[in-house]
Amino acid sequence: MIKNFIILAHQGKQYIPDVTKAAVPGIFKGRPVISGIRINEKKLAGICPVDAISTGPVSLDLGKCTFCGECSFAFPGKIMFTADYRLASNDRDMLVVRENEDRPISVDRGNIRSEVHRFFRGSLKLRQVSAGGDNSCELELNACGNVNFDMGRFGIEFVASPRHADGIVITGPITENMAEPLRICYEAVPHPKIIILAGTDAISGGIFAGTGALNRAFADNNRIDLYVPGNPVHPLAFINGVLDLITP
Amino acid sequence: MNYITLKNNSSVSLKKIPVAPYSRFMEANVSIMSDNVNNHCVSYFGCPAGGKVRLFCAIAADETHDIYVSSALVNSSEELSSFAAHNPAFEKFEREIHENFGITYPDHPWLKPVRYSSDRADRPARVLNYPFFSSESEELHEVGVGPIHAGIIEPGHFRFICNGEQILHLEIQLGYQHRGIERLFLEKKKILQRSTLAESIAGDTAAGHSAAFVNLWEGLCGFVPDFGLMFQRTLALELERIAMHTGDLSAICTDIAYQLGSSVFGRLRTPVINYFQEWCGNRLAKGLIRAGKTNYQFTGELGSRLIELFDEYEPDFNEMSDRLFKSSSVLARLEKTGVVDIKSSRLLGVVGMAARASNNKRDIRSSHPHDMYEKLGHEPVIKYHGDVCSRSQVRREEISQSIAHIRELLKDIPPADNKRENLKSPDPDTFSISLVEGWRGEICHCAITGGKGELVSYKIKDPSFHNWLALALAVRNNEISDFPICNKSFSLSYCGHDL
Repeated sequence: MIKNFIILAHQGKQYIPDVTKAAVPGIFKGRPVISGIRINEKKLAGICPVDAISTGPVSLDLGKCTFCGECSFAFPGKIMFTADYRLASNDRDMLVVRENEDRPISVDRGNIRSEVHRFFRGSLKLRQVSAGGDNSCELELNACGNVNFDMGRFGIEFVASPRHADGIVITGPITENMAEPLRICYEAVPHPKIIILAGTDAISGGIFAGTGALNRAFADNNRIDLYVPGNPVHPLAFINGVLDLITP
Repeated sequence: MNYITLKNNSSVSLKKIPVAPYSRFMEANVSIMSDNVNNHCVSYFGCPAGGKVRLFCAIAADETHDIYVSSALVNSSEELSSFAAHNPAFEKFEREIHENFGITYPDHPWLKPVRYSSDRADRPARVLNYPFFSSESEELHEVGVGPIHAGIIEPGHFRFICNGEQILHLEIQLGYQHRGIERLFLEKKKILQRSTLAESIAGDTAAGHSAAFVNLWEGLCGFVPDFGLMFQRTLALELERIAMHTGDLSAICTDIAYQLGSSVFGRLRTPVINYFQEWCGNRLAKGLIRAGKTNYQFTGELGSRLIELFDEYEPDFNEMSDRLFKSSSVLARLEKTGVVDIKSSRLLGVVGMAARASNNKRDIRSSHPHDMYEKLGHEPVIKYHGDVCSRSQVRREEISQSIAHIRELLKDIPPADNKRENLKSPDPDTFSISLVEGWRGEICHCAITGGKGELVSYKIKDPSFHNWLALALAVRNNEISDFPICNKSFSLSYCGHDL
């Protein structure tokens, strides 16, 4: 027993005291800023592997972006990724970052489902469904609950059954083979319930968008309560996004 | 000769690969496998060829470091005799060929669907109607788990046939994750799109699959990677191994309700993946490895940071591991659970860490070395019991070994060098193969180009493709309550299998 206490003592303090203000170590490709300088826009848009960049004026859709950063390497004065990990919104259009606009991404408070604050403030239980996810977003969602990020301190937890859940978190581009299990799982969640799309693949299909093995009817036909961009989502982006949604 | 002999990361003109009649093709490959226990099939797949199907089989010989590649031309309506009837290691390859092209094997032991791919030959087949084995016995019961599981993991269906608590049979049905990646490699023409696809094959093996892709692609384009690129790739592969093995040790502790180990290993993984973020801005190393170039120079400063990190990581990791493997309540759960003996391991073609835990010496880093592994003189970590405990111990020792390899690499950090030639177009009518030892095991990518150098086939094999069947057999006669730790000890990929 004493040995266990010694090991515990050696761990020191591992939790991040304030996840709303923590700085991400090293380089982080968070919310980009697009300057007004003139460049060859066609060439810029041609670099993107997922057609996330539109031209005239230039904009970048974080719901499609894989955060590879190649556009900012080719045109460093035009597109700059900042360390801002607040990337989540309930408004799909807010994920589109436009030229000469340096504004934070946030949840549109006027557009939150009326039950969310009444039922889920201080306690939100989520069921995760991977529908073609590549296990990167899944690893990061698991990390949200580890001793470092400790999302449980806010009453936000992943649960084992849709029957225990207040909503579902989808990762992956939603494959044809997972379309039916996903629908069944969602129906098993009691009302009121929310839907969160975590990661670029879930939000738009990412590199798989528009290809034959997907069936995105579920995402297209249901109201989405939160979009969290990332490839994969960073735990701080997810936790802050959910807090933004459920905190009145 | 019925085959051509290649080395890892090499390309050959398609014309040089012999096309044998199917019966000779089969006889040659089955006998190469039975000649030596250290010969194993790394890839066997079909490629459409003018209305017919050309089958390519690649068998790696670990002792001679060779890869034997052979081919046969068949019709998709044909009935062929099965390799798997002679050697079960071929069973899934043949099921895949059957699913994709409709070729039937009347003597195959179980010719079932593999992943219900979007361009399967049998269009009406549905993933929800998979033909499971079942039992008529009134004494036995069946337990269905999934496709959606209790944790935050990928989907797949497990069907158990049990006698009380005891598992008599487990059948694992996959395919839910199928995204059509191999087809997309042909459709998406930009190199950046293909790199993005490669790191999405299995997002937990971004470095492993990216390394296989770039090694293959550079070979096809006649580009020889310099020391700087090889250094980065080797470093990324070993860091990924440390991070994933540490995370798996945490998960194994979680599954036996050992909270201390779960938390300590869980938090030890964090600085390793945060280091990837410091280096390349992504905790899982997406974007780090690119064909013919790098966007993230490795500096002396990054090297010193990594040494600092290991100096802090190692004492805590060793302390926790010592405690774990000396705790009788832990060992009672891990020992003799989920055993794969060496005979089964070889017979099923198990690869990677799971093979090494059964004294089956499969390790591409030593048998077909790529990048810096020859210089590192890598020797596989071997364990003998093939149980959950051995698979956990392999992880523990491989983490220490990887740290030692990285410390060795960091003694000679390549200078910054951004002068690299642009990649040329891929060679036409060429077959190319690349093997990489990812953290789970052997990854194999094969590419075939057409007359203009365009990709006509891209074949991916994740180590999970071999190892899922080993998991299904390992749990026989175990209690169903031990399934989670057995599963976690293999830690296989669903998306890497489903593609």
